[in-house]
Order: sequence, then structure tokens, then C-alpha cells
Amino acid sequence: MKSVKDWFKKISKKPLFLPLFSVFLVLVINVIYDAVQGNYIFSFFTFELKEGALYGRIVDILNRGSEAAILAIGMTLVVSSSGGTDISVGSVMSLAGSLCCMLLAGFGVTHVRGPEELQMPIWVGAVAGIAIAGVVGLFNGFLVARMKIQPMVATLIFFTAGRAIGLLLTNNKMVYILLDEFKWFGLGKTWILPTPTVIAAICIALMVLVLRFTSLGMYVQSVGINPRASRIAGINSAAIILLCYIICGLYAGVAGIVATSRIYSADSNNIGLNLELDAILAVALGGNSLGGGRFNLAGSIIGAYTIQAITTTMYALGVAKAQAPVYKAIIVILIVVVQSPAVKAYFAHRKAQKESLAIAGRS
Amino acid sequence: MKKILALVLALVMVSCLFVTAHADELLKIGYVQVGHESDWRMANTQNYYDVFTKEAGFELELIDCDNDHARQLQEVRNFITKDFDYIVIDPIQEAGWDDVLKEIQDAGIPCIIADRAVAASSDLYTTAVGTNMTAEGETAGLWLEEYLAGKAAKILVIEGSTGSSAAIGRAEGFNKVAANHPEWEILASQDGDFTQNGGQAVMEDFIKRFPEFDVVVCHNDNEAYGAMDAMDAAGIKYGVDGKIIISFDATKEGLTRTLAGKILCNVECNPIQAVIVMNVINALKAGEQVEKFTLVPDEGFCAPGIESAIVTTMTDEVLAARKY
Repeated sequence: MKSVKDWFKKISKKPLFLPLFSVFLVLVINVIYDAVQGNYIFSFFTFELKEGALYGRIVDILNRGSEAAILAIGMTLVVSSSGGTDISVGSVMSLAGSLCCMLLAGFGVTHVRGPEELQMPIWVGAVAGIAIAGVVGLFNGFLVARMKIQPMVATLIFFTAGRAIGLLLTNNKMVYILLDEFKWFGLGKTWILPTPTVIAAICIALMVLVLRFTSLGMYVQSVGINPRASRIAGINSAAIILLCYIICGLYAGVAGIVATSRIYSADSNNIGLNLELDAILAVALGGNSLGGGRFNLAGSIIGAYTIQAITTTMYALGVAKAQAPVYKAIIVILIVVVQSPAVKAYFAHRKAQKESLAIAGRS
Repeated sequence: MKKILALVLALVMVSCLFVTAHADELLKIGYVQVGHESDWRMANTQNYYDVFTKEAGFELELIDCDNDHARQLQEVRNFITKDFDYIVIDPIQEAGWDDVLKEIQDAGIPCIIADRAVAASSDLYTTAVGTNMTAEGETAGLWLEEYLAGKAAKILVIEGSTGSSAAIGRAEGFNKVAANHPEWEILASQDGDFTQNGGQAVMEDFIKRFPEFDVVVCHNDNEAYGAMDAMDAAGIKYGVDGKIIISFDATKEGLTRTLAGKILCNVECNPIQAVIVMNVINALKAGEQVEKFTLVPDEGFCAPGIESAIVTTMTDEVLAARKY
């Protein structure tokens, strides 16, 4: 018994404990619901092989959460280094998708129905989309790092302009690319996994490798904690912040291509709509301070999938979409409150009290 | 320096006078458009630009309100201040119009409610032009009645954005027909936001919750594409020899899929409304009495090989004639 208690104490101190606990909490809701409904209680967790791909609610969460997870990676770096958020990522996704589709179809063309109608290879369009997102990231980073403009104000520019530029590029029309090769990024499968999950995994792996084999992570945190001190210590703070915004932009571009491929059309008005909020929330749910400094990448990614798990749960419970945000908010409040410094301090205080009582009892 | 500035200012003022004087000959029409959220909406906007031209004697100011109700109210008040000759409103939401409609009335400007509906007393506006969403829903229901011919059916509904008149009307019309059919069972109804991504997500969930269903009713074409994607992924067959998909809007892309036998029935919502609005305005100008509501006629289409007394069977010619 004591060992279980010790074990729990030990794991509850790990930084990832609370984010993981949040996901667990959301999944438990589904088990309870299925039990009440008289279904097989783990039906939320069942997998099937359909059309040669894994199929089930958990796959849905991993699949539909891909974009938010990819965005959360870049957002974590931006938050950590600059102590502010990049609110342009949703619009940048839409811009990347619009540019990609416009290049593939040609300006003013609304439908591509056969490979012979493509103006250029699909990968060129995709790379161009990701590149433009990187350029926007560079612009944002320049404003924040060099011009010292507050991150939210600097990124507000492309938050508003991104979609509008996308609409200009697509001539105010929805551009459809009705090719299986193009659908691959969002609707296709790789081995038995939906492609978006694989793309998200690659994005995560890349960042993990960079953080593992370079000192970028340390520099970013150092700049986030104190940019002046870091500069005096020999770190080019502005360059680090700039780099973080470029990475954030590039990742937004990747997410944009996935989201566009999912609907095989450039729907500038709806692609990535409100996703910047999900990405920021993911960073917060991951136990990261939005004030910058230390960061925990794994926490942010788990945070992103937690948000998607809540959404998928809402669907599974049959909650009307118009009311879903209310329940979502309640769950988010619970998770954030549990992770808040005040609650942590309260538990630390109680523990200290107990210990002092124990010591007093002994003497 | 001061002299140059004075000269420039004077020039600007004179040119302003000139512009206003010139514009006086044209009828100033203010149109507050909902936004640019779909192919349908863009076709509607384009249609207004095509019809209300300077040559036809109009000066059209079309404001894209980007689905923002507050912005729409503000733009209408702008029109009042600038003393437009006619104000045309395509209301984003039904509720919350009483005050501003009263202000238009007090300013003595004729007001036309176009496309969507307002939840306000009809005394507050001059006339309304629009499609009848309830009739569209009913057409879809009646077609299904004809197609099923008494067979039982389990039905899933992917609704449009909650609260929009299209979603309310289409659901109401369809449910009216469904009420006569105890053998029809509506399993669930969920909001898909009128988007393809929304349709995909809702259908992915439906497939898992309801392994057995026969009909999917989608409140617009984009939702229907999403539903088709989700069924493709799950290996579910749809179309003439599979699940029945019913959709609304009948855009060119949607009708392409009806012609291909994927969407079995697609009920149109006609965006080509500007001519009817123009006729109403011309009648008002001539001092004629106009009806309180002018209907923009809608049509329904079904996949080739299906004979129907209610909707038209799709052909290549119909598709070729479709502009949006």
C-alpha cells in the first residue's frame, strides 16, 4: 500500500503528470457514458481495420488533432522565447493552402479534375505554401525581435491580412483540387495510419531531434527568461526569437497544407479558423507559462490532443455543437485551475502543515 | 507652402462637389451582404455587381459584413447617415433587427430584406425578396417520400449553422414531411457549420454511433462533400446503390456529383436574386404597390436514372448552364 502511495507521489511530481491526467480525465468521461448507455464500456477505445486503415475514436482524435499539435510545437517556442503568442497561425494556414491551390490550378481556375490540368507538381505547390508561411513567420519575427513590437500586435497584422491575401490569390473563389494525390496529405493513409497523424509525428520528431542534438532549447528558454542577460552571456537574443517565429510560421504552413488537403479545396474563410486559440490553449494546458521562459514541448502536444479529445467526446455524447463550447469551457476551467500556481501552492502548504504536525507529534 | 496646401484642399473640395453632383443622377443602393463564406454567397455577390450597373442607372455599394452581425447593423446605420435611396439587407441572423429597421423607416428610406429572413414585424420594412427555405426542405422530404415509396428508413441530419434561417427552414420543411411517416426515424441531427470539414467530423461520429442508417440529409453541398469523404474512409457505399444522400444549394460542384449519381437529390437555393430585387426597386420608384414578399423560384434535381414528379432529373445540359 505504501509503495503505491510512494509511486503516486513520485509520478505526480513529474512535469507531464497533469497534462496526461487531463487526457485521462476526458477519456474516463467516455467510459462512464458508455457504461450508463449500456454499451461495451471500452467502445470508445476500440480499433478496427477499415479500407486498410486503422479506424476508431482514438484514431479520430489523433487524426483531427494533427493540425493543432503541429501548431502547438511552433507556438511553444514562440511563447517560450518572446513571452507572447503568435495569433496569426490560423490565418497563415489558410494563406498557405490558398497559395498552394492557386499555384496548382493556375490563377482564376476553380477546378482541377485531372493530373493533366495541374500547372505544376503537387509537391512544388505544397513547398511554396509552406515557404510563404515561413516568410510570414520571418516578418512576424522581425517585428517582434528587431522592432520590439508586442507579439500579439505584430502578429495581429497577418491575423487579419492572411485570409484576405488568400482570397485575393484564389480570386474570391473556392479552388478545388480533385486529385487523390493531393488528398493524400489530409485524407490518405500511410501504411495503416491516416497521413495527418504521420505528418504530425514527423513534425514532432524533427523538433525533438533539434532540441536533443542542438542547444536551441536552452537558448530559447534563456532568452525567454531574460533576453538582456542572455545577450550579455553571448546569445543573440533577437536571432533566437526570429528563428522561433520562422519555425512557428513553417509549422503553420505544414498544418495549412494538411487542412487544405483534408477538404481538397482552398476555403480561405474556414481553413484554420480559430485554430490559433486551440494552439495557445494547448500550450497553456501543457503546463507552460504564457509569460515565457521554461517550456515543456511534450506537455503542449498532449494539450493539443486533449482539446481534440474533448471535441470528439462532445460528438460522441451527442452534444449539440452550439452548446459544446460551454462544456468545453467547463472542462478547460477544471484543467487550468488544477494546474494553477495557487492550487499547487495550496497543496504544498497542506503537505508542509501535515509534515510539521507529524514532526511535532514525534517530539 | 501654405498656399499650395490651400490650393490642394480647394481642389479636393471642388472634386468632392463634382463627384456628389455626378452621383445624384444614379440611384444609390446600399447592400449589406452576409459575407463570402461559400461558392453560393460569392455567386450571389457577383450577381448583384452584374445587375446593378451604372448603365442600368444604379450606384451600388455592396458591403461584405464577414458574418458579423454587429458590423452589419453599423453599416446599415452608415447607409442611413449617407442618405442612400434604397437599403437592401441580407440579414446574417434573424433576431435583433427591430431598432435599426425602425431607424431606416424614420429616415424615410425604403428597405428591402433580401435572401434570408428577419424575425421582425413586416410593418418595419418595405418588402422582402427571398427563397423559401421551408419549401426547399419540403421538396427534399417529398422527393424522399417518392423515392422510398413506403419503405422504412433511418435518417441522419447534418444541419447548417445553428440559428441561421437556412438551417431552421430546411429542417422545418423536411420534418414536416417526416412527421407524416412513422416508418422514418431521424436518428440524430448535428451542426456541421455549413463547411466540408464540419461535415466530415460530424459524419465520422455518426458512422461510429449509428452503424445502421439509410439516408443522410446535409443542409448544404459542402457538408455533403464532407459526409462523402467520411463514408469513403469507412468503406461505406453511397449513391444509387448505397446510402441516400440529400443535399441543398445545388452549386455546380454539387450538381456534378448529382450527375455522377453520388448525391441522389440536390435542392437548389437560387443565388440569382438581383434581377428580382431590381424589379422590386423599379416598381417602388414608379410608385407601384409591391407584394410584401416576392419568391425567388427554386428547383430540385435528382440523379440520372431516377424518375421524379417533384424534381428534375439531372442532365449534362443542366450542369453546363450552371454558372456558380
